[in-house]
Amino acid sequence: MAKVELFVNGRAVTGEAEDRTLLVHFLRENLGLTGTHVGCDTSQCGACVVHVDGRAVKSCTMLAAQASGSTITTIEGLSPNGELHPLQVAFRENHALQCGFCTPGMIMTSVDMIRRHPNGLDEATVRDQLEGNICRCTGYHNIVKAVLDASDKMGKGAVKAA
Amino acid sequence: MGVEGIGARVLRKEDKRFITGKGRYTDDMSVPGMKHAAFVRSPHAHAKITGIDVETAKKMPGVIGVLTGAELKADGIGNLICGWMIHSKDGTPMKMGAWSPLATDTVRYVGDAVVIVIADTKGQARDAAEAVDVSYEELPVVVKTAEALNEGAPQLHSEAPGNLIFDWDIGDEKATNDAFAGAAHVTKMDIVNGRLVPNAIEPRATLGVYDAGEDHYTCWTTSQNPHVARLVLSAFYNVAPENKLRVIAPDVGGGFGSKIFIYPEELICLWASKKTGVPVKWVADRTESFLADAHGRDHVTHAELAFDKDNKILGLKVQTIANLGAYMSLFSSSVPTYLYATLLSGQYDIPAIHANVKAVYTNTAPVDAYRGAGRPEASFVLERIMETAARELKVSPAELRRKNFIRTFPHQTPVIMNYDAGDFDATLDAGLKAADYEGFEKRREEAAKRGKLRGIGLSCYIEACGIAPSAAVGSLGAGVGLWESAEVRVNAIGTIEILTGSHSHGQGHETTFAQLATERFGVPIESVSIVHGDTDKVQMGMGTYGSRSGAVGMSAVVKALDKVEAKAKKIAAHLLEADEADIEIKDGNVRVAGTDKSLPWFQVALAAYTAHNLPSGMEPGLKEGAFYDPSNFTFPGGCHICEVEVDPETGVTEIIQFVAADDFGKIINPMIVEGQVHGGLAQGIGQALLEGTHYDDTGQLLTASFMDYTMPRAQNLPSFNIMTTETPCPSNPLGIKGCGEAGAIGSPPAVINAITDAIHNNNLTMPATPQIVWNAIQAAK
Repeated sequence: MAKVELFVNGRAVTGEAEDRTLLVHFLRENLGLTGTHVGCDTSQCGACVVHVDGRAVKSCTMLAAQASGSTITTIEGLSPNGELHPLQVAFRENHALQCGFCTPGMIMTSVDMIRRHPNGLDEATVRDQLEGNICRCTGYHNIVKAVLDASDKMGKGAVKAA
Repeated sequence: MGVEGIGARVLRKEDKRFITGKGRYTDDMSVPGMKHAAFVRSPHAHAKITGIDVETAKKMPGVIGVLTGAELKADGIGNLICGWMIHSKDGTPMKMGAWSPLATDTVRYVGDAVVIVIADTKGQARDAAEAVDVSYEELPVVVKTAEALNEGAPQLHSEAPGNLIFDWDIGDEKATNDAFAGAAHVTKMDIVNGRLVPNAIEPRATLGVYDAGEDHYTCWTTSQNPHVARLVLSAFYNVAPENKLRVIAPDVGGGFGSKIFIYPEELICLWASKKTGVPVKWVADRTESFLADAHGRDHVTHAELAFDKDNKILGLKVQTIANLGAYMSLFSSSVPTYLYATLLSGQYDIPAIHANVKAVYTNTAPVDAYRGAGRPEASFVLERIMETAARELKVSPAELRRKNFIRTFPHQTPVIMNYDAGDFDATLDAGLKAADYEGFEKRREEAAKRGKLRGIGLSCYIEACGIAPSAAVGSLGAGVGLWESAEVRVNAIGTIEILTGSHSHGQGHETTFAQLATERFGVPIESVSIVHGDTDKVQMGMGTYGSRSGAVGMSAVVKALDKVEAKAKKIAAHLLEADEADIEIKDGNVRVAGTDKSLPWFQVALAAYTAHNLPSGMEPGLKEGAFYDPSNFTFPGGCHICEVEVDPETGVTEIIQFVAADDFGKIINPMIVEGQVHGGLAQGIGQALLEGTHYDDTGQLLTASFMDYTMPRAQNLPSFNIMTTETPCPSNPLGIKGCGEAGAIGSPPAVINAITDAIHNNNLTMPATPQIVWNAIQAAK
């Protein structure tokens, strides 16, 4: 068993997990943060994307023990004061989600994408950078629109807001 | 239309929980004492089971139970069934092989479940599953659709000699042969519609809980139709009587047909919960989804289309072999028959059609409905052969279609369907204009200068939704009625709950169904809630598939709203001392037309519940239910146009533009409809370009992960150019036709027609990967 100490969504948490426990399972099963989803077993679908020390990471590619000491933000921590993050707003306003299963990962990936492109994004870049997130419902059309919309609205402040 | 009523682009009420991580899917459910299941599955495509040794596994850490099919059978749990009876042309019933939820003597595909292991943790369950020792004696295997009927092909089921499940005919063979005898031109094609894996991003999951105190079961499951699940689990599999079984389909992460069916796993987990005394949860990993979810399509077809000297169609002949996999899934038999061959007339006036469909067993995963279910296969056959005929006849593909369009309605086709309304010229014109079809040759020349092969392809599809009139489907073999139910509850302070048998797994019912009540009573949409997905809360309903939630589910809501409105008006007339006929309900007020006498909506609701002053003899309360049974299918149709550029050096296809002009009848929320079209197009384009399911000759699924099966990703797709025209459906009160499957039905032939136009080789299979396209380019040289 491994001892896992994390700072998750602004809160210090400690727990024990089997050595083989993946970060995503620790978040879901030990911490009850079920907003992070598991959609595959080959690190392809991106439903499990969270932020580890500020960067988007597929939480199925990392052991919980390996993440120990890190600061984690999950979808539940994206709007800590109840005020929706601009990407959450953009996803809703652009109808960028249907069943909602890929949505948390899509949003967490997109937040990081906008952070890395403070001068704005274009459609080709957004499509290219969503390579690691699979959606079966939307055909990506409105997801791309939402990311571009949020990127525009966040403007130069993107780094700070993300 | 109000800002939140019918036709308004209302943002979704359900979004908040999904964008904040508060959605509640089956795998998010947890109950005290819950344990985890893993299945031992067959590694062979066809084998006799010669022994199952569970002793080592039983002693592994955390293991609660290791259960086999023999124990399941001993407890009286029934075999899985197909609920739609098809009769062969000789009158004999379809030949259904036995499907034991856990295989006892023979396994018939890789992934066939053999043993369930239940342990404290998921990891322990998997460890113990590894330790179960199943001995097999391998048997010969048949995998390919076209080979299943070959003489000497390995036999799957003794019930189905020669692997033939049914040999079914539709249409008039003699009339069709006569039509062909007088033809000036006949176009002939062999057409393969490959196998697809649905791949909803949420894998299937179930949590079975047996309550010994109440002798009651609860089943959380990833279902598109929880009531049908309860019915089948009760009536056919003998899990428990319906009143002792609650089925809950909470948030469900996409279905696309694959979550209609009752699979072995939910049945086994319910049984195992009683057997072991603990709640049992199972969640598929993605490879299990690939192996054991019902797949889609998989047809091999020969088609012939006959024309007279004026290029009018005289007749169509179609012969199809449909691969149903190793077992008959719940609605598998209906897909290549009544959902396929009945649509072979397309948008065209075809005097004579004859189709023959042979359904076969192979050592592959079961095949059942997947987005479009039969209709994409029909559309692919007809729209490929129309485009090919136009090339052979050296006429414009658009004009050949136009020449043969049906223009008077109702129109009785030779294959059962009676089209009630449509305007195929309108969608074709809208599509051609949006795609600048006339300007294409210039673009082709310009692309050629850059060394690119540019092509354009059309598809004018029709489909049948709103499945379906119960008496009609009953006469065609369905084991269930296909109506829908609704209950509208107005609470004492005027808020409204709508209970529907439809199930939303991405379609946005919590918004669109609420728009109906908002439109009717003028109440804010926040005060309307939609309740669905729980057999303890909602009256019996039939669920969501075949784009039926709008045409059928909403029609039931409308009927219930009619009843509520009538009663509310009676109450208001009494309170306002006016004639009932003069009462109108608008903007949240109930008033006497032409006067200033009015009551707020909530006061009428309150009066219904206080019952202090109701019309004489009226029952208290304001709650009405309705069942709606459609009188016909609905017929969405449209025109899809794809323009591509192919790089002759690499075979890579780029979609330059994709235009979809669709007629869905009346639209409740354009934003939601557009989203449905986008998603359908992605799945159709995925089939055309990317998604290939490959079994090797031993029946191993080579494409069993997202590393091997190419799912469409954002960079594979363009932004879509979509639009709608509207001819209301005459058979339901809202005029809705349905929009869920159109994208997946119309797009594959449009894409393949475009590529074959670009590369000047009509012999191209799906998915048209760069390798396949490059080879086709070389072959055409």
